[in-house]
Amino acid sequence: MLRFILRRLLETIPVLFVIVTATFFMIRFVPGGPFTAEKAVTPEILKNLEAHYGLNQPLHRQYLAYLGSLLRGDFGPSFKYPNRTVNEIIADKLPTSLELGAWSLLVALAVGLPLGVAAAVKRNTWIDYLCSSAAMIGICVPTFVLGPLLVLAFGIHLRWFNASGWYEPIDRVLPSLVLGFFYAAYIARLTRGGMLDVLNQDFIRTARAKGASEARVIFHHALRGGLLPVVSFLGPAIAGILTGSFVIETIFQIPGLGREFVNSAFNRDYTLVLGTVILYAALVIACNLIVDIVQVLLNPRLKFE
Amino acid sequence: MVSLSPQSLPSAELAPDQLERGTSLWRDAWHRLRKNRLAVFGGFVLVALALLCLVGPIFSQSYQEQNLDLGAAAPSAAHWLGTDTLGRDLFSRILYGGRISLVVGLVATVVALTIGVSYGAIAGFFGGKTDTVMMRVVDILYALPFTIFVILLMVFFGRNIFLLFFAIGAAEWLTMARIVRGQVLSTKKMEFIEAARALGLGRARIIFRHIVPNILGPIIVYATLTIPAVMLLEAFLSFLGLGVQPPMSSWGVLIKDGAEKMEEFPWLLVFPGAIFSLTLFSLNFLGDGLRDALDVRSSKD
Repeated sequence: MLRFILRRLLETIPVLFVIVTATFFMIRFVPGGPFTAEKAVTPEILKNLEAHYGLNQPLHRQYLAYLGSLLRGDFGPSFKYPNRTVNEIIADKLPTSLELGAWSLLVALAVGLPLGVAAAVKRNTWIDYLCSSAAMIGICVPTFVLGPLLVLAFGIHLRWFNASGWYEPIDRVLPSLVLGFFYAAYIARLTRGGMLDVLNQDFIRTARAKGASEARVIFHHALRGGLLPVVSFLGPAIAGILTGSFVIETIFQIPGLGREFVNSAFNRDYTLVLGTVILYAALVIACNLIVDIVQVLLNPRLKFE
Repeated sequence: MVSLSPQSLPSAELAPDQLERGTSLWRDAWHRLRKNRLAVFGGFVLVALALLCLVGPIFSQSYQEQNLDLGAAAPSAAHWLGTDTLGRDLFSRILYGGRISLVVGLVATVVALTIGVSYGAIAGFFGGKTDTVMMRVVDILYALPFTIFVILLMVFFGRNIFLLFFAIGAAEWLTMARIVRGQVLSTKKMEFIEAARALGLGRARIIFRHIVPNILGPIIVYATLTIPAVMLLEAFLSFLGLGVQPPMSSWGVLIKDGAEKMEEFPWLLVFPGAIFSLTLFSLNFLGDGLRDALDVRSSKD
């Protein structure tokens, strides 16, 4: 297993290199630049700005210089937030997104897994229909509808929570619920499907025949295999949850990183785009590695190869 | 299990291909699907909705004709589902928007399904270096910034509804590939695959005739989850400028606009949301029915 992890970590280096290179040149092919705003600056100022940030040099030079600073762990200065480096912006906003993501993930698992298991075990009964319908509602009601609805109901009419902001612990509740419910719906559907596949297999019948209790059959024998599709889904999903959500952060006015993913692309803030992409890539790769390890641990038929 | 009585054995006079057809997975599945009332109901609603969106606009009012004096009006005899802030008939807008949303949902999901299943199955089945390279490519594609990809597409190809399918399909097949790969990794170790190998079957035949039918459950479940995701992603892309432009509309865009005005003009959110939910619920019943019908291991009837 150690060798497997080491090999995967080594594979990460070329993957990150390709991502950085592709993103670097992709964003440069997009028309417009960080200083083409509605308030146009004079050509002299533009020249000075470009000279200051090294944008007047040939592209391959800029690319090599960027790779060099990356190796030193420096993501460069932001073009849109003056006097701030990308490292500072990420260090400032990532913890907020991580916290929101962690709570949402907790909600998603705590709601999604029981719904899915219950629906699969009581297949085609009213319990199944109830759980499956609850999950479907989570999918039918997008976050940009559920968010404002909850704000209206609990923030403005009932006044249980603040309508927006990220100051007191209680401000975590509504955004975590909205983001969590969305993923809970997916987890519930995938859990139900995965469990149904497993519950029909011979080893479950064997476990029952040996006299294992129903709870043990479900949670010890069936859940391990039934979770496989959920685990595959969770890898990239967790990376997405932890790096913030554009919609949720906009609705609830949360100073997280999710908005920077979209805004930096619109602002042509080259270094911030690259910084957020590298961060997200590292998380995706890490999560997918963990997923691949968990899959082997869940399934005795698999080996680390 | 089914006891093998002499009557249930196929008679020796049947030609071999007839024999095969008699026990084909799809035929069995169709038979079982028809007995599942919820699934039949779901399929019926979907067909009815598709027909309504296809034919309805011919008879309905214009979706783009504005009536600024009227503004946003509640449902009435003249406008069954009310009008939006520009006085446009909501019912017609939902019908026209449905054309876009249903086609996007269907086409992009089929694209994602085809690429994702083939890619994931091949990576999982071959394993080793092939798997490593293929899955690292997926990691790379996950990480590339989607917003910039979309802007680049628009720059090079202009605004185009077909690009929308391409952009969404390119984004949505990745998770499908990972799920399929995970399932294939465990399925390929099972005895019946060994048996298929022992019979000397080709690799393509083993993958697509023996492995994929056995993992259809998770594939169908994830496909029914992809369709709503695609329809909502379309709303986000339309917001970015790719996708449908006003005065044209889609369900995703209608819901998004409705959500912004839900307090003053609730019908602008309620009706598009209701039709969207009805579609997804029907789809889901049909998907669950298909899943059950295609479950090769529970074929007791």
